[in-house]
Amino acid sequence: MTISSKPVLISEDKKRVDGRKPDEMRPVRIAVGVLKNANGSALVEYGDTKVLAAVYGPREALPKYMTSPTRATLRVRYHMTSFSTSERKSPAPSRREIELSKVIREALEAIVFSSLFPRTGIDVFIEVLQADGGTRTAGLTAASLALADAGIPLKDLAIGVAVGKVNGVLVLDINELEDEYGEADMPVGIAPNLGEIVLFQLNGVLTREEVKIGLDMAFKAAESIYKTAKEALYNKYIKLVEEVKSQ
Amino acid sequence: MWGKELSTPTPSLKILVAERQIVRPGDCLAIIEGPAEQRLKHVPDKHIYILGNRVYSDVVGIVSIEDSSISVVPLESTYIPRKDDIVVGVISEFSASAWYVDIKSPYRAVLPASDVIEGFNPAVHSLKNYLDIGDYVLGKIALFDRLRDPVLTVKGKGLGKIVEGFVIDIKPSKVARVIGKKGSMYNLLTSMTKCEIVVGVNGYVWAKCPDDYVLDVLIKAIRLIEAKAHMRGLTEEVKSYLVSKLGVKS
Repeated sequence: MTISSKPVLISEDKKRVDGRKPDEMRPVRIAVGVLKNANGSALVEYGDTKVLAAVYGPREALPKYMTSPTRATLRVRYHMTSFSTSERKSPAPSRREIELSKVIREALEAIVFSSLFPRTGIDVFIEVLQADGGTRTAGLTAASLALADAGIPLKDLAIGVAVGKVNGVLVLDINELEDEYGEADMPVGIAPNLGEIVLFQLNGVLTREEVKIGLDMAFKAAESIYKTAKEALYNKYIKLVEEVKSQ
Repeated sequence: MWGKELSTPTPSLKILVAERQIVRPGDCLAIIEGPAEQRLKHVPDKHIYILGNRVYSDVVGIVSIEDSSISVVPLESTYIPRKDDIVVGVISEFSASAWYVDIKSPYRAVLPASDVIEGFNPAVHSLKNYLDIGDYVLGKIALFDRLRDPVLTVKGKGLGKIVEGFVIDIKPSKVARVIGKKGSMYNLLTSMTKCEIVVGVNGYVWAKCPDDYVLDVLIKAIRLIEAKAHMRGLTEEVKSYLVSKLGVKS
């Protein structure tokens, strides 16, 4: 699908392209423990964005010289599947994917008690199954949930959410179209319980005031995603109990 | 240590969660009424950390409250060796003077040849003739300090190569449940099935049973314990299961 001219991102009655209000999230769906072979896994959906994360470890990391004598090394791979976009994406890691792997790794390093497992490696794989904007934020949420599912001690979950600016209006959780034609995109990773920011990027231009308001919006949204995430972690075990009961 | 301080009755700890409640990383478990801690204090053994005047969980797990001390029992965990742990391992590799043993941990255990072969001489003895890749061994962690890989020993009563019986793979986080409080579950399993059982703390159970039927029942009982590990009245349930399958034996 090609779009010849810029679409109307904000209608006169302050509705966005997909009918959302400026401070409205897309529907968030989260499932934990979706993969059998991984130690921990999670599937996170922000609207049409679908991201799968798998965690292996802590396990023996090779080559040995890459390991740290004081803590576990996090190895994060953010990757977009070749079918995740409307036009085929080359499966080779791009510049962008290498960068996102790095920022997500740094965000996760802030929440993992990695000193408990010196000389080991924790592998985090993030696969974008379908991209519609906000894949790094959904990826971060999925990765932190997969880590929790793997039983790795964490300070908190990390919740990703993006704030953007389209037609001069700050909007929450921007989708592909808004990202492409908007004026700014600000992905934020938040540890809601600690009230800390673990990931912060900004593409485009925002004023100081707008960043402040944007962060407020992000924190509010993170709180609601956090609830869904916690529910998902809880549900995995409730399901387990019910399965056992029915046997 | 904070862990010790918390285990002594502290009336200033206001607990916000119920016993056996499922909690997640970052869930607030209790509030300390008193001076607040400025820096984050982590108590890895209890799976809690303290920040400000609040106690948080660091894993997905079940709350355990004992004498106003709070801890979280994780639902998933990795085995980290400790000195004197009895473990079951699989030989994964060997060099001229030592075996490398997979003990289901991020750290591979080393079993020195001199530990198994008396008067070991690398020029004379071939390790393959004693323990081959894929062999199971019951061993004890002799040394482990996190800076070097754990050293295993097979010197001790009942330790050594596993030549009979059956090894059952379980999750390391469920080992405590298979043993039970003061060994209650372990005693139940051994007395009712008449099997010889050794629980390796790394998540392997070795069992030698009178016959295959009993072994099958034992495996199913262990799977039951694993699945229902976080539920109340498990010992009773396992007991009734064993009675139903094996008839009334005590």
